Amino acid sequence: MVPLTYYLLLSGILFVCGVLGFLIKRNIITIFMSIELMLNGVNLSFVAFAAHWHALSGQIFVFFVMVVAAAEAAVGLAIIIAVYRTRETLNVDQVNLLKL
Amino acid sequence: MLHLILFLFFGSICVAGAVNLLVQRHPIDSALSLVVVMASLAAEYLLLGAEFVAAIQVIVYAGAIMVLFVFVIMLLNAGVEERSKGSRVAILLGIPGVVIGAVLVAWTLLHRANAETVAIGALPGYPRDIAWLLFHDFLLPFEVTSILILIAILGAVVLASRPEAVARRHHETETAKPAPELVGAGKER
Repeated sequence: MVPLTYYLLLSGILFVCGVLGFLIKRNIITIFMSIELMLNGVNLSFVAFAAHWHALSGQIFVFFVMVVAAAEAAVGLAIIIAVYRTRETLNVDQVNLLKL
Repeated sequence: MLHLILFLFFGSICVAGAVNLLVQRHPIDSALSLVVVMASLAAEYLLLGAEFVAAIQVIVYAGAIMVLFVFVIMLLNAGVEERSKGSRVAILLGIPGVVIGAVLVAWTLLHRANAETVAIGALPGYPRDIAWLLFHDFLLPFEVTSILILIAILGAVVLASRPEAVARRHHETETAKPAPELVGAGKER
């Protein structure tokens, strides 16, 4: 028997790691991976609450979050490829113009 | 007791992978530690009884999305990231804010913690029950999801295509062929 708080704490730790990576990383691909880490932390709290309240809808929401994450990864990586093609850098500090 | 030991084991692997993602400088190392995080999260889902979610966590996240990431990292030949002035500003301003937020969340969680526990396999998320919910109660969001995926595929193809290559090919056909062929070239585009 594990208290629900432990699951929520693990979820919070993962989310905070994602936010930290989003702030301190300069590589655009690593920043994107930090966003995926945040989504994973939220998914864990969804599943933990689903088990706690005996409501299966939480697991359905995890399914939808995964679908949105997959769509986001596809479009985002295509944008990264387009940025790299015009700028030839992956550093976000050097991508400072809106126009490609 | 066994449940707690398994939770702590996979949870520590999970946190170690997440910290390793922050520490590593090369994107491919970060990507591989993110795979570790996702695999141990799948084990946590199994402990909670969410079998279907654990399966799609491994298949979709660790299998599809992370392979896409690794593929793009290798395609762009991404190297070790360099530090710059902007990152120092983010560290100075961001980390205190994140620490304050984390302490607030942890304090709230521990302060309001009660003795309620989650048993091992508390809510069995069998694929049959998931499918019943997905195709009855959540049918409209499910169908909207398919449209979202379709738009994402179209957007990825449009964004990743080379506009200059398309223009050059069009230009070559234009110069090589006489005027009547121009109609065909325009249709092709």
